[in-house]
Amino acid sequence: MSEELFPEPGWLSEEVKTGTTIIAVTFDGGVVIGSDSRVSAGESVVNRVMNKLSPLHDKIYCALSGSAADAQTIAEIVNYQLDVHSIEVEDDPLVCSAATLVKNISYKYKEELSAHLIVAGWDKKGGGQVYATLSGLLTKQPFAIGGSGSFYINGFVDAEYKKNMTKRECQEFVVNALTLAMGRDGSSGGVAYVVTIDKDGTEEKCVLGNELPKFFDE
Amino acid sequence: MDRHHPYSQVNGVSTGTTILAVKFNGGVIIGSDSRASMGESYVSSKTINKLIQVHDRIFCCIAGSLADAQAVTKMAKFQLSFHSIQMESPPLVKAAASIMRELCYSNKEELRAGFITAGWDRKKGPQIYVVSLGGMLLSQPFTIGGSGSTYIYGYVDAKFKPDMTLEEATQFSTNALALAMGRDNVSGGVVHLVVITEAGVKHIVVPGDELPKFHDE
Repeated sequence: MSEELFPEPGWLSEEVKTGTTIIAVTFDGGVVIGSDSRVSAGESVVNRVMNKLSPLHDKIYCALSGSAADAQTIAEIVNYQLDVHSIEVEDDPLVCSAATLVKNISYKYKEELSAHLIVAGWDKKGGGQVYATLSGLLTKQPFAIGGSGSFYINGFVDAEYKKNMTKRECQEFVVNALTLAMGRDGSSGGVAYVVTIDKDGTEEKCVLGNELPKFFDE
Repeated sequence: MDRHHPYSQVNGVSTGTTILAVKFNGGVIIGSDSRASMGESYVSSKTINKLIQVHDRIFCCIAGSLADAQAVTKMAKFQLSFHSIQMESPPLVKAAASIMRELCYSNKEELRAGFITAGWDRKKGPQIYVVSLGGMLLSQPFTIGGSGSTYIYGYVDAKFKPDMTLEEATQFSTNALALAMGRDNVSGGVVHLVVITEAGVKHIVVPGDELPKFHDE
């Protein structure tokens, strides 16, 4: 049968996922949050340059993984809730508040939603902070990784992470980790998006594919 | 009647495992953890040997079904001993790898095991070959395998250098295995290394309480 010779491409029938590599790391004075840029449906690449780092507030970002639609929706809802919250308290929200809002949605709708968001940012009370929100569990960590590509870099980040890195060291660590994951995970690739957040504000950067560092076999 | 057995009792013993081989200046180091598990929950052995000697300077690292792995390496050992008598010479590492490939490819519907073949011979010195599930044969300067290897691809890709010294390669291997054992719950126990050079074979065991410590340990 001719259907077997030319199977339909995956994007026609598969859910779109940011099957993905995301990472957030604290340094001395702030956080760096990073992601790859590949969006896939089955084995098809749906978008080569999607930015998976969404602002929740001025100095708070989240990194999206899992179902692209679910992750984006959670980020939009929390962004709105934080805007209201910051007006109510007449101040910038805490990173922990943002993470709690994400956690609340993840837990309440855990049967329906299939997304994991890492929340990271800076606030004047706690400085740079990273929270992971796996399926509604809220955990504060010095760094967090997520997405399908993160399995390949567990060893690397466990070995190479150091407390109180400088901003530059931390940015380099994040780009290296993303590059190593993109090199092994078929669902991660493209460019590396990096956002650096400290008390002075946020700095966004995109490291193109041909500018990423090279490791074994590259 | 339907009897309910735990998952571990029906799936057999597996070396759900981390194995590794790396070339250095003058030889090759192979390594493994020492945990054997049933299902994913029962540790059936804490000190299983996954580095099987098939000839004087040729070893296989085993991953997957333990029964399959033992059967294949036993057959390979027999064929190699016969081959070396015929040739009146120690076998080449590539010959050992080809035998493994032939056994795995011919029986790929039945087998659930993958292998690394590594050793030293006079023709090409230190060599590493991978025979994956299904029977593909590939030469590599270093390689990792088993369920725990997933977690350390980033580490080994970043840290491997050609022409490491013996000390550097030993540290590289120990670190990689320790990192895998720290994340994979079917890898654990001790680090077992074998150093293979022209001069011979040397075993190193690093007990669990002497493994290097990383983040969260």
